[in-house]
Amino acid sequence: MITTKGLTKVYESRGRQVTALDGVDLHVREGEVFGVIGQSGAGKSSLIRCVNLLERPTAGTVTVDGVDLTALAGRGRRANKDLRAARTRIGMVFQHFNLLSSRTVQDNIELPLEILGVSGAERSRRALELLDLVGLGDKARAYPAQLSGGQKQRVGIARALAGNPKVLLSDEATSALDPETTRSILQLLRDLNQQLGLTVLLITHEMEVVKTICDSAALMRKGRIVESGGVTELLATPGSELARELFPVGGTASGPDRTVIDVTFHGDSATQPVISQLSRTYNVDISILGAAMDTVAGRQIGRMRIELPGRYEENVVPVGFLREQGLQVDVLDPAELAAEAAAPTGLVTSAATTAEVVGGTADGDTPPEATTAADTDAAPGPDSAPAADTETEAAPEETAGKDPAASADRSPALVKENAK
Amino acid sequence: MSWSEMQPLLSQGTIDTLYMVLWATVVSVLGGLPLGVLLVLTDKGGLLRNAVVNKVVGAIVNIGRSLPFIILLIALIPFTTLVVGTFIGPTAMIVPLAIGAIPFFARLVETAIREVDHGLVEAVQSMGGSIPTIIRKVLLPQALPSLVSAVTTTVIVLVGYSAMAGAVGGEGLGSKAITYGYQRFDTQFMLVTVVVLIAIVTVVQLVGDLIVRLLARRGRTAS
Repeated sequence: MITTKGLTKVYESRGRQVTALDGVDLHVREGEVFGVIGQSGAGKSSLIRCVNLLERPTAGTVTVDGVDLTALAGRGRRANKDLRAARTRIGMVFQHFNLLSSRTVQDNIELPLEILGVSGAERSRRALELLDLVGLGDKARAYPAQLSGGQKQRVGIARALAGNPKVLLSDEATSALDPETTRSILQLLRDLNQQLGLTVLLITHEMEVVKTICDSAALMRKGRIVESGGVTELLATPGSELARELFPVGGTASGPDRTVIDVTFHGDSATQPVISQLSRTYNVDISILGAAMDTVAGRQIGRMRIELPGRYEENVVPVGFLREQGLQVDVLDPAELAAEAAAPTGLVTSAATTAEVVGGTADGDTPPEATTAADTDAAPGPDSAPAADTETEAAPEETAGKDPAASADRSPALVKENAK
Repeated sequence: MSWSEMQPLLSQGTIDTLYMVLWATVVSVLGGLPLGVLLVLTDKGGLLRNAVVNKVVGAIVNIGRSLPFIILLIALIPFTTLVVGTFIGPTAMIVPLAIGAIPFFARLVETAIREVDHGLVEAVQSMGGSIPTIIRKVLLPQALPSLVSAVTTTVIVLVGYSAMAGAVGGEGLGSKAITYGYQRFDTQFMLVTVVVLIAIVTVVQLVGDLIVRLLARRGRTAS
């Protein structure tokens, strides 16, 4: 439905060139919700604005619903008639809603219809119908300033849908909203996607958004797409960064001669007591370093980082057992793990949303039954470098109020100092 | 001078002043509004980026703004004669008044339009709106309260200018004050004229503020 090929955008300011997009190839299938996630400055915003050519790409093509918009637009800087006509078939919602304060809610929704030249009676009929669709049937005569943020975004969505677009672009539509409202707006987008067969391309910096509504996702960094694909497939891909970001787990080995493995559960395996089975069958003590569980697209999915005593060579059989249970198992290289702890990869930090979280522990003798044990308050050991991870990821419920990115960026050295 | 002598002079003066100011305002708005919009659109990052047009219009506006009005009045005498056929009387005065106020109003319009959130422009662009649509449906309506303020300020400036116009053969309160109050040393008459001018300015400001308040109330909760 939306395809970009080699999309490149270079901004020039005072003789300096800044590459916002560096050859982005994106493919959004008809009827799916596609999320592009990345830190601010990664180029997401430029990407979505290039899709309807609010921003002219420096190179590359954009095709929406079979129409090559870049060819349509020609060379001129101003939007010609053809491009404007194409834009009427692409709805867009904005982070700050961008409603006209001088118009009532109904008149705001009628605006795109005025541009399309729809007659007055028809406009008002359509506007009221859309207001009902977004659940604001009683607000037609209100002004935007009288609405809450969530209501404004509903109006924004209704307005974007007025021209019956097939594609909806969402530019951080929920970033200015509180978590509760975010959920209701995401639910609305999901419903519209299903009821109207609307293709949705959204950009966000919140993993939660991807988790909640996206069928597919792409991770952007420095103007490039680093990873993309279906969300469930990504989760099943070993070493996927997106999967790691969706379900961040932290923690490092508590000492030498330990095996640290990441276990990803999905589908049926998520409901099986595999860890306690493992412990009983092989008589090993398992400590849980970090874990995150959630429901994605109606399926329970989660990741857990566990530690087994002994080197990997001694744990081949238990690891094999986990694989047999249909779990995806990644054995972490101790060196890699240390590197990860030293430079946390936190490219996107998800807010406090994981359904169940287990704290890390410094000693390796926690009985496996104690999955929800109160080890969360384990004091950081003398080599407290991993504490940076444990702190942000093991107990997101508690860190919700703080800026999660800030704590993820904290260097181990700093943490060590704090611990003293 | 007794009140019965003053009264007809004052009422004639007031009528002439209001006549000049009203028409000069109409012409200033018609001329200044497009210029102000053009200044914003042609600026860097505007919808019609055009450095040459922007610089030329900006320079014209600046020249118009920096000339003292009394000089402009005299300098425009040939042009006024060409347009109206005479350079004396209230109708002739509309020409220099309007030309003096257009650059002033254009700058005020520019400021008002610039205040409109660019996100709204983008939203309408994303709906497929053309530049005229953006001007008509976004820039002007959204800036309306500021534009009304700009008109109010312009009217008040024009009242002041019109008094000056009295010096070079315009009619109105200014010319009456000069002729009777200044040249005949009638301080009482001078004071009364000043009071009338203050009254006019106050009423204009009050009405302007009222309209701005009514417009701004849109979108606010009733409280």
